[in-house]
Amino acid sequence: MSLKVDNLRITYRTLRGDVKAVDGVSFSVSDGEIMGLAGESGCGKSTLGNSLVFLEGRMRHLGGRAELDGRELPIADTRAMNEYRMRQVSLIPQYAMSALNPTRKFGKMAAELLKSRGVRFATVEEELRRRLGLVGLADNVLNLYPFELSGGMRQRATMVLSTILNPSLLIADEVTSALDVSTQRAVGEMLMEFRERGFVKSMIVITHDMSILAQIADSILVMYAGKLAEKAGSDTVVNNPLHPYTQLLLASLPEVGVRYDTSALVGIPGRPPSLLHPPAGCRFRARCPFAFEKCTEDPPFMELQPGHQVACWKAMKDAGLDIGPAVPPAAAVGEEASR
Amino acid sequence: MRRYFARKIGIYIVAFWFAGTVDFLVPRLMPGDPVQSYLSNFIGANTTVTQYRAMYSAFAKAFGLNVPLWDQYWHFWDGVLHGHMGISISQSSLPVTSVIRGAAIYSLILLVPAIVLAYVLGNRIGAMAARRKVLDNTVLPIGYLFQASPYPWLALAVAFYLGAVAHWFPIGSGYAQNLLPSWTNWHFIVSVMYHWFLPFLTVFLVSFGGWAIGMRSLVIYELETDYARYLRALGASQRLVRRYAYRNAALPQLSGLAIQLGTVIGGNVVAEVVFQYPGLGHLILQAADSQDYFLLMGIFLFIIIGVLVANFVIDIAYVMIDPRTRLAMQGAQA
Amino acid sequence: MSANPGPARAAGSSTPAPVATGSPGEELDELPSAAPAPQGPGERLEKGALAGAQAAPVAPTPTLAAGAPAVRLGRQRWEFLHYALRNRKLVFGFSVELVFVLAAIFGPLAAPYSSAGDSSSAGVPLKDQCAAFFCASGMTTHPSAHHLLGMTYFGGDVLSIMLYSLRETYLVGFLGALFAGIIGLALGFTAGWRGGWLDDILQLFTNVVITMPALVLLIVIGAYVKIHSPLFEGIFIGATSWPWVARAVRAQTFTLRERDFVDLARLSGKGGVSIVLKDIAPNMASYLFLVFILLFSSSMLLSVSYDFLGLGPTNVVSLGDMMNSAMLWSALNLKAWWWFIPPGAAMALIVFGLLISNIGLDEVFNPKLRES
Repeated sequence: MSLKVDNLRITYRTLRGDVKAVDGVSFSVSDGEIMGLAGESGCGKSTLGNSLVFLEGRMRHLGGRAELDGRELPIADTRAMNEYRMRQVSLIPQYAMSALNPTRKFGKMAAELLKSRGVRFATVEEELRRRLGLVGLADNVLNLYPFELSGGMRQRATMVLSTILNPSLLIADEVTSALDVSTQRAVGEMLMEFRERGFVKSMIVITHDMSILAQIADSILVMYAGKLAEKAGSDTVVNNPLHPYTQLLLASLPEVGVRYDTSALVGIPGRPPSLLHPPAGCRFRARCPFAFEKCTEDPPFMELQPGHQVACWKAMKDAGLDIGPAVPPAAAVGEEASR
Repeated sequence: MRRYFARKIGIYIVAFWFAGTVDFLVPRLMPGDPVQSYLSNFIGANTTVTQYRAMYSAFAKAFGLNVPLWDQYWHFWDGVLHGHMGISISQSSLPVTSVIRGAAIYSLILLVPAIVLAYVLGNRIGAMAARRKVLDNTVLPIGYLFQASPYPWLALAVAFYLGAVAHWFPIGSGYAQNLLPSWTNWHFIVSVMYHWFLPFLTVFLVSFGGWAIGMRSLVIYELETDYARYLRALGASQRLVRRYAYRNAALPQLSGLAIQLGTVIGGNVVAEVVFQYPGLGHLILQAADSQDYFLLMGIFLFIIIGVLVANFVIDIAYVMIDPRTRLAMQGAQA
Repeated sequence: MSANPGPARAAGSSTPAPVATGSPGEELDELPSAAPAPQGPGERLEKGALAGAQAAPVAPTPTLAAGAPAVRLGRQRWEFLHYALRNRKLVFGFSVELVFVLAAIFGPLAAPYSSAGDSSSAGVPLKDQCAAFFCASGMTTHPSAHHLLGMTYFGGDVLSIMLYSLRETYLVGFLGALFAGIIGLALGFTAGWRGGWLDDILQLFTNVVITMPALVLLIVIGAYVKIHSPLFEGIFIGATSWPWVARAVRAQTFTLRERDFVDLARLSGKGGVSIVLKDIAPNMASYLFLVFILLFSSSMLLSVSYDFLGLGPTNVVSLGDMMNSAMLWSALNLKAWWWFIPPGAAMALIVFGLLISNIGLDEVFNPKLRES
């Protein structure tokens, strides 16, 4: 078991109040697994991924824990976390194309970064060159400034640098979003190759693009409004989704394998609820064509079939589970308040 | 590289031409007759009309005002480019160039250290403020107060509290009055330093606050940029992240320095006037008061040349520290 | 931002704003602005920002972010008020400003030793005797119950003179900002909208004027032309302080020009002038407001220096004139600090208040900054 996340809760501070971006999330990623993390923008997927590496100033760890290879990640303690970064858990950020210091040659920045991590550059330089070659970057990129590289080259350089210390877990945040379809494929293949060659053990690939996940992910975790909606092997999620949100998400694609972007999601009527004061019960309720009384209660994230977890009362009912009587709305509210 | 500098130098040449033309045109386009107003300093009640006319045409000729405007313009530039700026009537009829040379030293020893020190210290303190809350809470308001202070007030306050009240330093003049200016005389040099301090402090304070505030904001901005976030996410030391932020923030500060030069020179003029410091600022005001037009024009052009040279030096420095400009330029050359 | 003190740009007047400062093709023309950008404006602004004087370098920080097409104005205005009243910097700055503006408007009416006599008293230049007509007796006097801020060498009541002077300084500052704003906007819009060779020429002109030290240029002009009214002083000051406005407005126009709503206006057959005035300018309104505040501050500061050098209008008294006569009449040696400290302090406070409200407004206008 590589990564185990248990009831993790992260808020995002804004002037209007705390946004509960990750609200009690539990899942695990096994060794060698590439897990896709999908959902609309603002659903908390990026916050979830980033919180495992670096809690930015406005992010707060409210509770829950994450364990990597049997050791707890000190998520809330940014100093203690330093030891784990890059070596155990690393990040290819959403902004990978602008992640390099514009006034330092790539090689120099890499050397200075590694030095500050207590690694002598000379000991990894050979490997760095080899891996750069692997992603199609000639040796001399080490002697070039970021502005001398194309956006795609910068991204690949960042990918190599992030993984040079062979982290156990890699978070790849929207690495394909800014790319055209053919490049997306190439980047997806690079990620898979990184795993094959053991540069990283397991990976969380955050994206709103289901088609890329269908291509590279072993499993897919769908998030909606700060909560988990569904997790299963990627074939299962794509071909046999149980959560109405996942179904609609996939239906809004012209066809799996074809790229869509966020605008296509307009296909699902309504908007996600505000995470400042999320409503009680299932958060997808207001947009869900199948909502019924029971949905005013929080659905549990249940394993309905082996390896297939869903948080949906309807799915549970369809699976023949006894979900019990619907609680009258008043009681539901009371329950919410008492928590 | 060549193209970049060619462009820069082109701008500077146009700026110099512009300044010279302003210098040339202002007295000629303004209402009133400069020769006449100049002569009024000399004529007495018993000057006859004939005498006056003779004097007028003599002076008009001396000033080169008796020929068509285009010829005057031509002569003007000919003089400027050959360093003939005429004579200064208010300064014992010495050539303008030598009067300027005498005063320029005083201004340079005031301005250059004040600008450099304010820039360096302001940037340092601003960068420190960007990471220490306590410092930030003091540096910021103080910096803004300095920025908000009118120069005359800063100068008067410095002169008053450190000079008139505390008597730590003299106010007025550039050296002890019982000494003859001589840059080889040790006593004189010490005296100059002693008189130099308060005006220097004023000019320093004039720009210090701005640099500190600017650097603080820039460093904070840089610490939020993608590369800084990335480095932190990979566990880089705070030291490394700050070093990068500081270095990158220094670039816009440097281009700000070029823009700020004019402002600092304004502060310098005020400080020289308050402290009766014998530099160019003091001199240009004297020239304006005594209608010593040649001197006025000469100082103006000299100051412009100084600003342009400083701009050029800053350009070179910028090219040296910013790889983007440097390489873009090499590319252009290739 | 964990490590930073304060809100990101908090004070930043400086901070870089996400605006486009640089614009296409400009890199080699000026010192390349920082690169990645602090996107320009902000940063440089600070320094000058206030211009400290006098020449505010580049633009203020505000972003266009807030500038959605005017349709949502109603709601925005409401939101604006909501945040404005909760922004302590803004409330502080505006309160300071309000006090001084009221003092400038009503002060002279209430000035303890005001209206007495007229300036006919003697051929002595008015500013030299600093309005001797406010006076009672001779010699400087310490602040006292009768003369809250003491008296000048000529027995003028410092407080009364100051109240009159405030008006002049405000007036000149306003006029200077107005003229600089008009020139800067006209050139900036033209350069940014038209582009091409006209842009090249205007940029060259701007770059040239920006190298001219304003105060020195004003001294040269002042040597030939005696300034008789605040209007002229305002024009002269405006004529030397517009370049950074032109640059900033040009850069903003450049970015706005590419926006959809501008394309739409263009397709609908509107003329250039009309698009600039009706579509582009309103979208920069909050930005322009901040620009104006900075211009106002820098014009006042410049006018104080100018008057202090004795080059200002001869028939009125301003804060700069007060410090000028204090210096001429040896207030330093007489240790009459009350003669020059209060007028300078008033000026500093006024500008300080403007700067702080500028930061506050920036935070209010720019939703991104609110987060902090």
